[in-house]
Amino acid sequence: MPLLEAAGIKKVFGKLTALDGAALTVGENEFHGLIGPNGSGKSTLMKCIAGAEVPTQGKVSFVNTDITAFTPTERARAGMSLKFQITSVLPTLTLYDNILLALQAQCSLLDLVFSRTRGLLHDQVMTMLTQFRLADRAFDAAAALSHGQQQWLEIAMALAGKPKLLLLDEPTGGMSLEERRVTGELLQPIKQHCSLVIVEHDLDFIRDICDRLTVLDQGKVLASGTVSEIQANKAVQEIYLRRA
Amino acid sequence: MLKSMGAAKQAVHANVGSETDVPVAKSTSSGRKILPIVEGVVLVAALLAPLVLQDYLTVFATRVIILALFALSFDLVWGYAGIMSFGQALFFGSAGYGVALLARDLDITNILLVLPAGTIIGLTSALLLGGFLLLGRHPSSVIFVSLGTLTGSYAADRLARGWYYLGGQNGIPSIAPMSLGGYEFTEGPAFYYLVLGILVVVYLLCRFLVRSQFGLALAGLRENEQRIAFFGYKAQHLKAIIFTIGGAIAGLAGSLYAFHEGFVWPNMVGVVVSTQVVLYVLFGGSGTLIGAVIGTVIVEGVSFWLSDNYRDVWPIILGLLLLLVILFRPLGLISFVLGERERVGSFGAKPKEKRNAAP
Repeated sequence: MPLLEAAGIKKVFGKLTALDGAALTVGENEFHGLIGPNGSGKSTLMKCIAGAEVPTQGKVSFVNTDITAFTPTERARAGMSLKFQITSVLPTLTLYDNILLALQAQCSLLDLVFSRTRGLLHDQVMTMLTQFRLADRAFDAAAALSHGQQQWLEIAMALAGKPKLLLLDEPTGGMSLEERRVTGELLQPIKQHCSLVIVEHDLDFIRDICDRLTVLDQGKVLASGTVSEIQANKAVQEIYLRRA
Repeated sequence: MLKSMGAAKQAVHANVGSETDVPVAKSTSSGRKILPIVEGVVLVAALLAPLVLQDYLTVFATRVIILALFALSFDLVWGYAGIMSFGQALFFGSAGYGVALLARDLDITNILLVLPAGTIIGLTSALLLGGFLLLGRHPSSVIFVSLGTLTGSYAADRLARGWYYLGGQNGIPSIAPMSLGGYEFTEGPAFYYLVLGILVVVYLLCRFLVRSQFGLALAGLRENEQRIAFFGYKAQHLKAIIFTIGGAIAGLAGSLYAFHEGFVWPNMVGVVVSTQVVLYVLFGGSGTLIGAVIGTVIVEGVSFWLSDNYRDVWPIILGLLLLLVILFRPLGLISFVLGERERVGSFGAKPKEKRNAAP
């Protein structure tokens, strides 16, 4: 059984049909790239999967459960995590507290009030920060980070709750070449325990880290397959790769 | 005074730990000790006030302390959790009316009964209103919550004015004083120190709460409610909980206010008092507990002084002052001495754990 299965997703905003029967299937420990021209509905599909938007039609299943009507909180608790396109780290909090905030999300109320899990989670916070090369700035405010570092912090936060599936919307947006390369390195190790859906404009980046790709065009799936299949696909070359 | 001693102790700790404590020391070099100093100064001033003030001013100061307690309740809800409650007086006034009725109809004035009763009235009414406004399946909008609380407060005001049992326009006058055994709390130093003691206890409880991991969740709620839902937080539950706690504190303040003034009237549940508490907190500095207290003292102090000396134009002067602060110091007067980093602070942290944090 696939980990995530979205089928027949339709999303209409007023007169605009953003998604028209789009579909996405992601297996366990699979890195799946979602590509397509601007306005093809990539971000909308991500939002429908994460629960930020409710699809007009269609069904989303996650770990064999129909989650179409789940709220974002319920999806997160089922093991799904999202990094937004716009960075949304909490700028006034320290990096440490940003990660702690993500880690303690499912602690009980009493644990939070009496700060009972703070000591237990400390090592995990530092491990996440070290993994994302931010440990030396643990007690700086997140606002002081560079854009690229904020993106890493955000990925670290999205991974903190040990999700089964991570949805990344343009993780390398606004990053330098070097930062992109590092981002790729940072993402590789998570494959052991987590699947990934990634929306990205940088096709080299996508090719390097993804196992499979789905190409959207005008709200529909144009093609889906392994990276080499997609690269060989004539229709995809027509609308997308040639332009890139 | 206790607090400033605590601050000194903290400073010693920080010195001992500083060698192994590089990241912490770096991040807090902009003066972590300001907040405890401000708190200590305010506490000492509050303790000494009745010794230097004339009697009628002690009565005034008591009222201010009670209003500061009320301001804390709004600060928790707005300054810490980002819930725009424009109807905080609803809980303040309902509790006031509740204890006034207990005293009038049932002759219950025992402090050990009326204060818990008032707190529970505030808690219950906040739970009901908050449950309705905040506990939807999807997060409710800021507009919905602010208009909902405002309407609640306005409706309660109209209800109180029209309901004969509650005394209509005149409210309930001549409430018997609060008692403990044979002792009666009448206006004066004893009442003052009673409410100051209550304020200090509630303040410390609030401080414990906002500096805990729960406080971190509140900070997330305030800064980006949508984001923390995607982490798996039950954001609506968190909001309802803090709203209810705020209601309980407002209820406690309202019952003290009713007994201190000796009467309750419809304004006490209405929009005017609801707005007043917003101003206290904005003026002093929302998101800091001491800011709420200082804001109350200054707004009330200045209006007292202005109304004495500039009888006709004082509301205009006060209004202009408030506008100036809100325009140029959106974080309130406290931001003159308190940096952003210290205001936000850290959560659930113990110095010992922090030292281990250095890699």
